[in-house]
Amino acid sequence: MPAGDLGPGRLMLAAFARNWQARIGAGTIIALALFCFAGPLLYRTNQVTVNLNLKDLAPGGSHPLGTDDTGYDVLGRLMLAGQSSLELGFTVAIATTVLGTAYGAVAGLAGGISDAIMMRVIDTLLAIPWLVLLLIMVNIFPPSLWTIIALLTVLSWLGVARLVRGEVISLRAREFVLAARTMGAGTSRILATHMIPNAIGVIIVSATFSVADSILALSTLSFLGLGLPPPHTDWGTMLTSGLDDLFNGYWWLVYPPAAILIVTIVAFSLAGDAIRDSLDARLRR
Amino acid sequence: MTGYLARRVGQAVVVVIGVMIVTFILIHLEPGSVARSILGIRATSDRIAIFNATYGLNQPLYRQLISYVEQVAHGNLGTSYYLQQPVSGLFAQRLPRDLLLLGASTVLALLLSLPMGIYQAVRRGGIADNLLGAASFTLYCMPAFWIAVMLVALLAIQTHVFLPEAPSGTSVGSMLAQPRALALPVLTLTLVQVSGFSRYMRSAAIDVLAQDFLRVARAKGLPERLVLSRHVLRNALLPVVTIVGLSLPGLVTGAIVVEEVFNYQGMGLLFFDAATHHDFPVLLGSTLIVGVATVAGSLLADIAYALLDPRIRYASR
Repeated sequence: MPAGDLGPGRLMLAAFARNWQARIGAGTIIALALFCFAGPLLYRTNQVTVNLNLKDLAPGGSHPLGTDDTGYDVLGRLMLAGQSSLELGFTVAIATTVLGTAYGAVAGLAGGISDAIMMRVIDTLLAIPWLVLLLIMVNIFPPSLWTIIALLTVLSWLGVARLVRGEVISLRAREFVLAARTMGAGTSRILATHMIPNAIGVIIVSATFSVADSILALSTLSFLGLGLPPPHTDWGTMLTSGLDDLFNGYWWLVYPPAAILIVTIVAFSLAGDAIRDSLDARLRR
Repeated sequence: MTGYLARRVGQAVVVVIGVMIVTFILIHLEPGSVARSILGIRATSDRIAIFNATYGLNQPLYRQLISYVEQVAHGNLGTSYYLQQPVSGLFAQRLPRDLLLLGASTVLALLLSLPMGIYQAVRRGGIADNLLGAASFTLYCMPAFWIAVMLVALLAIQTHVFLPEAPSGTSVGSMLAQPRALALPVLTLTLVQVSGFSRYMRSAAIDVLAQDFLRVARAKGLPERLVLSRHVLRNALLPVVTIVGLSLPGLVTGAIVVEEVFNYQGMGLLFFDAATHHDFPVLLGSTLIVGVATVAGSLLADIAYALLDPRIRYASR
């Protein structure tokens, strides 16, 4: 039986049925999304005008997590910052996956000299550490949400492309693909009905990790002062500006953004691991 | 093996040339003139013309690239626009410090993660395995700057065990003489690496533990200690060799962050400053060095793998 008997939806369901880590990961992701996107509807705060009378208030009363150095409510700010972080993570993951899958599939199907050239391009870009490339590019293009999304995408599709190419090459020689080809199926049909559905597991796993990686990368950029420009904010920016006040004892500016940032990355990584495990289990059967 | 090696070295050379071209094109995409950003907004057009002529920036891009490649082939990496010093001299000063930082942290990370991974594999599914697994997983998910800042808060500010800033000396000898200052940068990069290495070590050891020769080793009465050190460790080391070879780009990223946090005067900080000051020769030179090191790392990993495991013979196509 070809390995393509499980669609992406069924694959995820199988992962969740078998694996508690997947359930924790997915549950946390849903909770985080609700917190960031539905939270502001229930918990309304002023995140627009600076109010220095409310500067650096400790948690309590009408500010459960206190206020920051410009008087913004920290809990409300976490929601707003999370929107940018999650939007960026998902957008980069989707763009990366589409770009990487297309590139990898073309390279794997083309084979020969085109494949060799396409892979050397990837080797070249992978030989430069991502932060090195990013630092060069961030200084060239003016920082904005979309520039950073584009830059992170340009840097992170390489891994997916390699994975998909490997899958396509190994699938190319399988009997059911040869059979389809013998029956006269064209390249695009084989790609759409046999290759992509069979490689979908690998693609989903790498997309899940890609969300975690891009949120992590954004936080590192923010720490280096090259993150999203104001009025945007993200968890990394909040954490970085909070760190200035860590030794003043304003713990509520540091630990909440750090915790939510790490929990988010852990959740996506757990989900990615779990889906991969269920994929391995399927291949082993 | 020889054919395979020749092919791999050929690929490596292509990749290094590619790194050079990509970086060269990237930094020249910069809008506005370099001269303007180096000399400032008040520079006269005469001065800008002199600057451009001095550094050959008035020539077409492909001419600049060719003359840069010629220069590099003669071992000359150019002069820093911003610091007005030869790039090779700057690197000679900085590289040893990075070898110290990266080398010490990698060795420490291996010393910690090898026994940890084997222990977890032997006690697979137990409480210790789960706790260590969760700890290294969480560590893996933390930004490097967060690990660094937490170590400073814990070990330098609250308990004064170590110093919050990197050693100030210029030579490796004088840096080694200040272990309290050196400890935290090294420890941060160690923790960043332990999380990755120990996961690989654990899964490699689990694979080895399932092999028949271990049953033989135990059946002939070999003490468990020897089983683990002679059979499990040696065989599980193989994939780790590859991971160490391939981990260099990630390590460089970590080093940039760590050097920024601790003001550690290494290549990472030099690069970071060069990126903000549009210092092309330094940017090009450091990217080139990292590219060469990365390619060499993966090449060495392949060769080491073949030398350590006689079962592996690369087909020379």
